[in-house]
Order: sequence, then C-alpha cells, then structure tokens
Amino acid sequence: MSILTTILSRAFKAFVTLLAIAVLNFCLLHAAPGDPAVVLAGEAGAADEQMIEQLRERFGLDQPFHVQLGKYVGSVLTLDLGYSFRQGAPVAQLIAERLPATLLLTLTAFVISLVLGIAFGVAASARVGKASDSLLTTLALLFYATPLYWAALMAVLVFSVWLGWLPGFGYETVGAGYTGFARAFDIAKHLVLPALTLGLFFMAVYMRMTRASMLEVSQLDFVKTAKAKGLSGPAIRRRHILRNAILPVVTLAGLQAGQLVGGAVLTETVFAWPGIGRLMFESLAARDYNTILGVFLVSAAMVILFNIVTDIVYRLVDPRIGAKA
Amino acid sequence: MTKLRATTFLIAATLAAPLAAQQEGGRLDIVVQPEPPGLMLGLVQNGPTQLVAGDIYESLLRYNSDLEPQPSLAESWEISDDGLTYTFHLHEGVKWHDGEPFTAADVVFSADVFLRETHARLRASLTYVESITAPDDTTVVFQLKEPFGPFINAFEAGTMPIVPKHIYEGTDYATNEMNATPIGTGPFKFDEWVKGSYIHLVKNEDYYLDGKPYLDEVFYRVIPDAAARAVAFETGEVDVLPGGSVENWDVPRLTEMDGVCSTGAGWEFFAPLSWMWMNNREGPTSDVRFRQAVMYAMDRNFVKDVVWNGFGKVATGPVASSTNFYSDDVTQYDYNPEKAEELLAEMGYDGEAVRILPLPYGETWQRWAEAVRQNLSEVGINAEIDSTDVAGWNEKTSQWDYDLAFTYLYQYGDPALGVSRNYVASQISKGSPWNNVEGYENPELDEKWAAAASMVTPEERAVAYAEIQKEIVDDVPVAWLQELEFPTIYRCDVQDLVTTAIGINDGLRDAWVEE
Repeated sequence: MSILTTILSRAFKAFVTLLAIAVLNFCLLHAAPGDPAVVLAGEAGAADEQMIEQLRERFGLDQPFHVQLGKYVGSVLTLDLGYSFRQGAPVAQLIAERLPATLLLTLTAFVISLVLGIAFGVAASARVGKASDSLLTTLALLFYATPLYWAALMAVLVFSVWLGWLPGFGYETVGAGYTGFARAFDIAKHLVLPALTLGLFFMAVYMRMTRASMLEVSQLDFVKTAKAKGLSGPAIRRRHILRNAILPVVTLAGLQAGQLVGGAVLTETVFAWPGIGRLMFESLAARDYNTILGVFLVSAAMVILFNIVTDIVYRLVDPRIGAKA
Repeated sequence: MTKLRATTFLIAATLAAPLAAQQEGGRLDIVVQPEPPGLMLGLVQNGPTQLVAGDIYESLLRYNSDLEPQPSLAESWEISDDGLTYTFHLHEGVKWHDGEPFTAADVVFSADVFLRETHARLRASLTYVESITAPDDTTVVFQLKEPFGPFINAFEAGTMPIVPKHIYEGTDYATNEMNATPIGTGPFKFDEWVKGSYIHLVKNEDYYLDGKPYLDEVFYRVIPDAAARAVAFETGEVDVLPGGSVENWDVPRLTEMDGVCSTGAGWEFFAPLSWMWMNNREGPTSDVRFRQAVMYAMDRNFVKDVVWNGFGKVATGPVASSTNFYSDDVTQYDYNPEKAEELLAEMGYDGEAVRILPLPYGETWQRWAEAVRQNLSEVGINAEIDSTDVAGWNEKTSQWDYDLAFTYLYQYGDPALGVSRNYVASQISKGSPWNNVEGYENPELDEKWAAAASMVTPEERAVAYAEIQKEIVDDVPVAWLQELEFPTIYRCDVQDLVTTAIGINDGLRDAWVEE
C-alpha cells in the first residue's frame, strides 16, 4: 500500500472516529449535573425564573436533547464550533486566541524532552553500569516519579522567589510594551520554567526507553557483524543501534504529540500560562458547553492527526514497515 | 520590573492642601480571580466582573462604610416625606467614554428598560416602582407605588449600573458587539483584554471630577492558582490582592511582609454571611429539634480561629452585625454538645444519614465541611460529605437535592434586599440557589417581613426587624455559621484604595500611589 492510500484510508477512519468522539463528548457533558444557565444564575448572586428561562432559551437548552445533539453534529460537520454565550465570542476565536501560547509551551517541552531524553538515553546505554549511567537513571526515575504540580511549585519557589532568576508565571511582562526581539526574549524567559516542568516527565520516559531499547538491540547479531567489520563504537551506536532502537520512542512521542493541545492543564494553571488547557478547565467548571466541546474536538483531532504522522514516521525510520503490507 | 512609578506634581506641594496631597500617575496591578466571563456590568453581575467593571461603569450613588449614601453620578437627591418620590440631580458635563454626553435619558433607559430585562436582583426592587421619568436632562424621578425602605440602597454600581442608551437601545443586549469594549462613565476606560492574562484599563482624561482619577493605568491580572497569586504578591508582580484571592493560611505570611497593609473594610454593603441550608422539607432536618441540635453541636469559634485563621465573626442570626437593623437580642447557640445530644434523644433520632454539601470554593470550604462533619459525628449524627463542583452545587441546591448545604450570601445593605429572600415562602422556587432553598414556611413571619420592608422610618423598621430576628432564630430554618471577612491585602504606598462600603468594587476613583 502506498503512503497516499494509507493516508486516505486513515483519514476516512479518522473522520468516523472524530464524529463518534463528538457525539460521545456531547452526551457525557450533558449527563454532568448543572448547565450553563444555572451556573450563570448562580454567579449573579440573585436569580428568578425569568432569568433562567431567558438564559436557557438563548443557549438553546430549552430544546429536546435529540434536537440539540442533531444541531451540534450538523455544525461540527460544517466545521462550525459554535458560539460561547458565556464569553460572548465564537468558540473558534477563543481557541485561536489561546492556541499559540499552548503550542509554544507544549512544542518547546516536546522538543526539549525528545532531544535530551534520547541524548541521555544513548549516553547512559554507552556507559552502562558505570557511575554516570547510575546518576542519569536515578535522575530520570526522580523526574518520572515527581508529580507535575509539585515540581512546578518548587521550580517557582527556587528560581523565581528565592533566586529571582526567572519570572514565575505569565506569558510575558505585562504592560512593558516590548516589541520584536526584546519581546521574544521576554517570552522566552517566561517560557523556561513551564516548558522544563512540562518536559521533565517525558524526558525521563524517553531516556529510560531509549536506554533499554539501545541495550537490547546492542545484543543482536548484526551489531556483532558491524563490530567485526571494524566500525567504531559511536558509528555503530548511531547508524546501527539507535536507528533500530528508536521505534518505541517514536510511538511514545506520537502519544505525547497528541497531547500538544489539551495536555498542559496543570502546567498552564500553576504558571498562569494563557493556554487552551486553562480555557478547557474553566469552561468545564462553567459548563460552557460549546467551548468545551470545541476544545475537546480540536484535541481529539490533534491526537488522530499525530497518530497518522507517527505511522508515517515509522516508515521513514524503518522502511521495512509498510513494504510488506 | 519597576512598578508604582509615580510622578509628583510640584504644584501640589506649594499649596497648603488639607491632608496629604494626592500624587498623580502610576500604575496598579490587581489580581482578579477567577477571570470574569464578561465586563458588561449590566449583563453579568458576578464578583470578578464588578471588580473590574466598577472602574468603567457607575451608578447614581456610592455608600460609605456606615452605608450612608454618597454622591456618584447623582450630585444630590431628595426623598419625599411619604417615602414615595426619589428625585436625583445628576452631575453636569458627564461624558461617556466614547465622547457622547450622559443625560437623564440614559438613567431612565438603564433602570426602566435595560436592567429590567437583564438584572434579576434589581427587577425584584423595581416591582415597587410606579414610574421612572426624566423631567430634564439632569433630573431623574423614581415614583414608588408604596414605600420601600431599602430603595435608597438600590443605587449601587452592581445593582443599578448606568449603561449607555445610544449604544444599547433597540439592540439585542446579550450579543451587542460593544459588550467586548464596554463604554461607561467611570474613572477608567477599557483598553485591552488579553484572555487568560490580563485586562488593561487606562485613565479617563475627561472624567467629570477635577483631578480624578490619579492613576494612569490599571492592570487586572488573571492568575488561576492560589499559591501563584501569593507568590505574585511576594515578588512584587501585583500590588493588590482583593479579598478572597489567596487562601486564608497565606494571609498572615503576606501581611507580615515589610510595607504590606491589609484591611477588612470594604465589605459592609455586601456583608457576606454564611450558613448551612437545612432541608426543612424531609428527613431529620425537617425537625426543629434536629436543627437546633446541629447549632449546638458545632464549635463555630474553632472554625473561625482555625479554618478562617481568626477572620470573621460567629453569626448570631440571619442579619449581619455590620448592617442596619442587626439585633443581638436572640437565643445564643453556644457550643454545647450535651444539649445537642439531649435534643436528638428527645426527638428520637434514629441515625438516619444526612449529606453535607460543601461549597466548592477552595480548600477553606472543604476543611470547614470536614470540621462540621466531625462535630456532628461527635454528638451521634450520621453525616457524610457529598462533594461536587460549582455547577453541581448550583444544580443540587437549586433542585433541593441535599440535607445540609454550605452557602453564603450578600446582604446588600438591607434585610429587605439580601436577607428576607432566604426565609419567606414566596421565595420558594426551584431552579435558583439564591432564594428560600431550605423550604422554610412561616406565614406569620412572612407578613412581618413584608411590613418591615414598607415602613417609612428606620426607627420603625429597626423594631420590626428585631422582633423577626428573635423569632426566626428559635426556628433555626438554616444553621447560621459566620460573618465572613475577606481582608484586602495591598502595598502600603497605595492610598485611598478602599473608601466605600463595597471597597475596590467601587473602582479606583480615589486611589493614588505615594512615591
């Protein structure tokens, strides 16, 4: 099967999956107690029947459930994410406002964790059993086991409150009026702590996986052959072992990439990073149905997209995959 | 980052000005938590919205800490002797932020048209109003059908925000595009809202009071994590933590820092009072002896000292002691577990389980529920905690699906506005968490509440309300807990931050920064 037909068939399956997810999300959300009208009325500190009825009517909640569901599926099919009555703006706009901040954070964390994780994994496997290997694996275990929010708070305490090296939260210095390079530098400074915090866990995972996989592959016959040919250690590790050992890491990276949009709720909350995760969490608390469904749908689409990308990367890394199918 | 840069005006120093001369300039960074859903105060009336929008919108009056009316958009006002005619004389030369002139027509439109449709709490007060008219551009007359004592308290910014007629007349208010860029008459103008980060307001150069406001700009900062908000204050990122924006146990640490001040003032109008609704309809809580036993079983002083770090005051009844018409001549429910056990034995309580619904507003409330559960268990009440999120809490309380439910309510300066709604039978209505959720019915008292609201003189009303309080406290329709105190924490060089009975919510018209 060529890459093109693979992509086409996957895209069709993806479409069906996405639609099923949309319906499921809708049903689950409406099964939760409370609705946006009740929440808004609750916040107002006073409410009467007229107010609740008005709100329900405006949100379309006075319609029977199947009508609401039908309308929702219809709008999803036309790529219309709807309108957030709570925030008074189209959902697509709300998501678009938050998306750059989230992608900046999650992509940075992704790159950091992937590059450092693989590098440390290779380094540890080359020195297996030595002190430096033990140090790296111990550190990895520590990062792996540390709860994210605790690591985040400690990072703020040490680097922001005690040392004063880095800003503890926010996306940029508010009201500083930086432009161009100065602004980029300012954002970069704000990015360090959240990106590292978010990246540490996956870095540890990649490192452990790379190390284990490298050690396993290095026992195989073709590695002995390469040694017998007289190739140098680094060349064998890079061209023969790593290339074969990387597949499980690609699988995991695909999983992490799927969370690029919705997977940073905790980090965004602790560091006051104005991203999608917070939008999702706050909308959920407010039962802002359209916004949550919009974020869920975009997140689901990202997961599916990165599954496909992962499959393509498999083929590039290991041409044997797909050749037989 | 340099903050609080204030440029001194030398002229001020040369004048022999009374008190300290206010300095112009500077910026304030204030925490707003949670991020408001919108800033159009006529449409959204929650706390965070008013905190920010109180700078943008104004009403006719403000109230000092003794709840006496003060001028705002209205320069002066008269109430007729029969209590039926309220005449307001507006400031001249007031402009909307877009440059259009503000007139009495805007007031009539706001109160009679816009807010009647959008504002549930004001709508209740407006049922007493016969007509609202504007004899000329700077005069507004409210004609009442019958006297309504608390009506003078209805002109607070969150209760009756004056909105621009030229923008809203004839439009669909909820979807009007101008809601995103609110236009008011207040001391600060809306500049920018970066969702998830901050809201930026700038000085209104054309404000009608000479020299005010003093600050150049205000940033309302959105920081979703309570610990991060505390850190933001410690590191100097923000200058003001409005009441309730950090957890109670962080308050002593922050207020002990150098140059940090705090005040409990600015809540007199709202006077938040907390209680547990006890479902009067069914289960053990429908028995008055059980409800009294709950009152005796709770060690409310312990909660105040430990859970609330000493902030607040144990409540004696339905009316907060900081508001008018409070009376302490009522049965006192001191901590007395033996008495609670006696009452339970007398009613033959069989150990039927009761569910406690905590208020999902953070750690303090969760711990409070745990403390109460412990107290109740100690006298043999089989209580369990039934936790949920905000939407779930709203749903459960407004559908009466609870036994004991934590809540707190603002009193809005008068029992007829903020207290009676929780106890009169006409306010029993499913679907809202802000009425007689416990289902208490006492026709005799209902009449007394109604009579007290329409008495003309405060003296008569005080007598009537004292009688009501004495009676209702014996019935214990709800378990009154505590008058809440939410200290505002700020840097001491910020002056005149809290000057009215609603504190920062009234805007930063008078605030200035001392260099």
